[in-house]
Amino acid sequence: MRFPSPLLASILALVLLCGVLPCRADDAALSTGLANLKSSSFQTKTGAISEIAESGAARAHPILDALMAGLLYVRQADETFLIAADDTAEATMSNALTGEPVAEIDRDNLKKIGINNQMRGSLTVALARLSLRGPNAGARKLAVESLYTSLNDETLTLLRDALAEEHDNGVRAALRIALALADLEAPDVEKRRAAIAVLATSMNSEVRNRLLAHGAKNDDGTALETDPALLQETALALEHIDRMRKVYGLVETLFFGLSLGFVLVLAATGLAITFGVMGVINMAHGELMMLGAYATWLVQQAMPKHLELSLFAAIPVAFLVSALAGIAIERGVVRFLYGRPLETLLATFGVSLILQQAVRSIFSPLNRAVATPDWMSGQLVLNGALAITYNRLYIIVFSIAVFLALVAILRWTTLGLQVRAVAQNRAMARAMGVRAGWVDAMTFGLGSGVAGLAGVALSQLTNVGPNLGQSHIVDSFMVVVFGGVGNLWGTLVAGLSLGIANKFLEPFAGAVLAKIAVLVFIILFIQRRPRGLFPQRGRAADA
Amino acid sequence: MRLRIATFLAAGTAALSLSAGQAGAADTIKVGILHSLSGTMAISETTLKDTMLMLIDEQNKKGGLLGKKLEAVVVDPASNWPLFAEKARQLLEKDKVAAVFGCWTSVSRKSVLPVFEELNGLLFYPVQYEGEESSKNVFYTGAAPNQQAIPAVDYLMNDIKVKRWVLAGTDYVYPRTTNKILEAYLKAKGVAAEDIMINYTPFGHSDWQSIVADIKKFGSTGKKTAVVSTINGDANVPFYKELGNQGVKAADIPVVAFSVGEEELSGIDTKPLVGHLAAWNYFMSVDAPINKEFIKTWHTFIKNPKRVTNDPMEAHYIGFNMWVKAVEKAKSTDPAAVQKAIIGVEAPNLSGQMSTMLPNHHITKPVLIGEIQADGQFETVWKTEGLVPGDAWSDFLPDSKIIEADWTDKLNCGNYNTVTKKCSGQNF
Repeated sequence: MRFPSPLLASILALVLLCGVLPCRADDAALSTGLANLKSSSFQTKTGAISEIAESGAARAHPILDALMAGLLYVRQADETFLIAADDTAEATMSNALTGEPVAEIDRDNLKKIGINNQMRGSLTVALARLSLRGPNAGARKLAVESLYTSLNDETLTLLRDALAEEHDNGVRAALRIALALADLEAPDVEKRRAAIAVLATSMNSEVRNRLLAHGAKNDDGTALETDPALLQETALALEHIDRMRKVYGLVETLFFGLSLGFVLVLAATGLAITFGVMGVINMAHGELMMLGAYATWLVQQAMPKHLELSLFAAIPVAFLVSALAGIAIERGVVRFLYGRPLETLLATFGVSLILQQAVRSIFSPLNRAVATPDWMSGQLVLNGALAITYNRLYIIVFSIAVFLALVAILRWTTLGLQVRAVAQNRAMARAMGVRAGWVDAMTFGLGSGVAGLAGVALSQLTNVGPNLGQSHIVDSFMVVVFGGVGNLWGTLVAGLSLGIANKFLEPFAGAVLAKIAVLVFIILFIQRRPRGLFPQRGRAADA
Repeated sequence: MRLRIATFLAAGTAALSLSAGQAGAADTIKVGILHSLSGTMAISETTLKDTMLMLIDEQNKKGGLLGKKLEAVVVDPASNWPLFAEKARQLLEKDKVAAVFGCWTSVSRKSVLPVFEELNGLLFYPVQYEGEESSKNVFYTGAAPNQQAIPAVDYLMNDIKVKRWVLAGTDYVYPRTTNKILEAYLKAKGVAAEDIMINYTPFGHSDWQSIVADIKKFGSTGKKTAVVSTINGDANVPFYKELGNQGVKAADIPVVAFSVGEEELSGIDTKPLVGHLAAWNYFMSVDAPINKEFIKTWHTFIKNPKRVTNDPMEAHYIGFNMWVKAVEKAKSTDPAAVQKAIIGVEAPNLSGQMSTMLPNHHITKPVLIGEIQADGQFETVWKTEGLVPGDAWSDFLPDSKIIEADWTDKLNCGNYNTVTKKCSGQNF
């Protein structure tokens, strides 16, 4: 049996369905909406979203959620809509209309309902309306905020009802701001005055735009706000908002600087050990970071089901891989070249090229996609003007942990003691029974392992590819030299100050000039203090 | 360890000398392939080398050209610009190739240009570029700015109603020239200077926090904002990641990119990119029988059903077929004869239309705008009605507006000044 059109088919199907099951008008609207979703025209599909949203049917919300997430499918054989549980190939499916699980799925017969940006825009608003009463306070607040730009009588009624039932303070504040935005147009002066007072407390950029428009003078000297006293208050409110935004802007820049700084520190601590403590110029340090990043990718490939945990598993793996590679480099190349820095530099540069091309041959020259776990995506919204991204926050924490662990190892373990002893006076240490060769290998391994850890962090920030190391090696050397060779704390201070300086310069000078300015500064600084910020003192420094 | 490195190097040299070893056979026509197989550009160019080998293989299956077999001569310029010139010279002088297919970056093209002009070789250049050039010896099968950047801006302006513009690019010649053209174009369309923000970043820039925060602030004034991105290569991933993390959604501030294609998407986590746009002349998802055929051939040739196809591959496909037709028309592989014959030659593009080689050595192409999907493919949201002819000298820059390129006997010049009625003779 063939139906003349899919739309007619689904209506007919619905009529048939209504014969057996209790049927309501909202379900009919839902079904027409769904039928329109099968269209190839994005215009029709956008219309379908509001039809579904306004149907009032209980299933409307999960269906729109699935559509937004790209999990809504249509089975072409019988035109049934299915919702996938996740985006993997073997996801379980449920019937979109009933929510009941579907056991047998012919996956080749499924067609995904594609969406475009216009649809995403309408979906956001539609979902916001539906989730005004959801269980999650954060989602409710976001829902309210996404309605700021589409306030009309209908949404305002929804918002007023929501305010009456809302208990969460954050959501209540957002709701009050939404209502105040509407009140800006009220004919009653007192109402407008109260609205401006409420809006002055918000850092939301939409609020600021509305206040700007509200107080802006036209060519003929009139403004939207007709009362001169209120015009004054609007200007004051804007001034207050701008002042607060400036303060938050500074805090934001400081955070950006710190996060860049801690990435630099993480990349440079490994080098601070091999270069700083052992005096080896290891040009392959960047490639050891690259190995760490590839190790992260391999771990993720090995445990596709546990993406959220894969990074934790990658930390020890990356450390070991890079540490072993580092030990191999030390035993195979560097060992023969102690005391000949130029030859070490050339030899390790050669090693770095070999490692790069080896990775290109084994993994292909293309970048590898390291997925970001959900807990590392997104941002912590503090207010409308200040938000902190999670990935940077976790990397700062990780960097501090690695740094402290390293300081502890050098300070309190036997290996640390021996490392320091060999660094200070090799001959004396050997006379005391320290196996200098073994200590060298272990130290190099430790520094390389830390490079591997930096690779794990970098895999979350940038590309995992053969060129990963090259782009970080210069910065790392810069940090170590600036901080003072052989001093871990110097590396920390240097990394952080360079990061912050870079970020404060960037808005004025642009990214390119900021980088140049920092480099020039370091060159001048090294001219004045060749041993860096925290030079080593005592006899070891003269050796 | 030493042994492994040795075998490794031996394998590498063996692969490279494979084709060179067969040199000397007179009954073949040699085709040079000048793409980096090592170094930073290997990421993009290796695929193009494979594409060329496939096209040559296919042509040989059809019986070759002028009764002779085609033979590929592969060299590796190793992402090193001076080496590009050296290898180009080697291909033309020593190997005596009939045509060269190669280069990716503009700087590599500029560095081989004098060699091709001196030795009168033929170069087919498959990548979108900044324009402002037309050489007698180069055929530009990628997009000129009017075949990619300008239509993309038109789409954003007319369909998405964008009022504020961020032009973000990597700091080198292609983004700088493209942005200069776009800025002039936007201003001509009545966009105020304060509604345009231009930003340049170094190659491989990875810390996008402050720039994304600036874009967010710039876009929060209530006017619809879009980012036109000429950000190159590796810097794109951290850029899109930062956009995603800072909550900039494609529905609020869409980013339209000119350098992000299927190949680049296959190496990244596409989650934060979904909904952002790209403008190209070809997408792997184009629904045309000829495209399905091409993808099938590619998968069989590369023996990996997961490999993607992209825009520069299509450019080589068109360019190679144009060259084949021109050689057949001229009944000779002599560069001078081919240069004459190829103008006006038509060859199919993978959208199912016929592209034509124009007198200015650029070709006609359709322009497509697609939204990035979660699977790394594009959903076409807009397409030009017909084909857009490539314009070598932009009409939106006062200096180049008056310049024309025409390699037919009419002008026989790559940069003819229509005001002074003179050919400057300088082609690059």
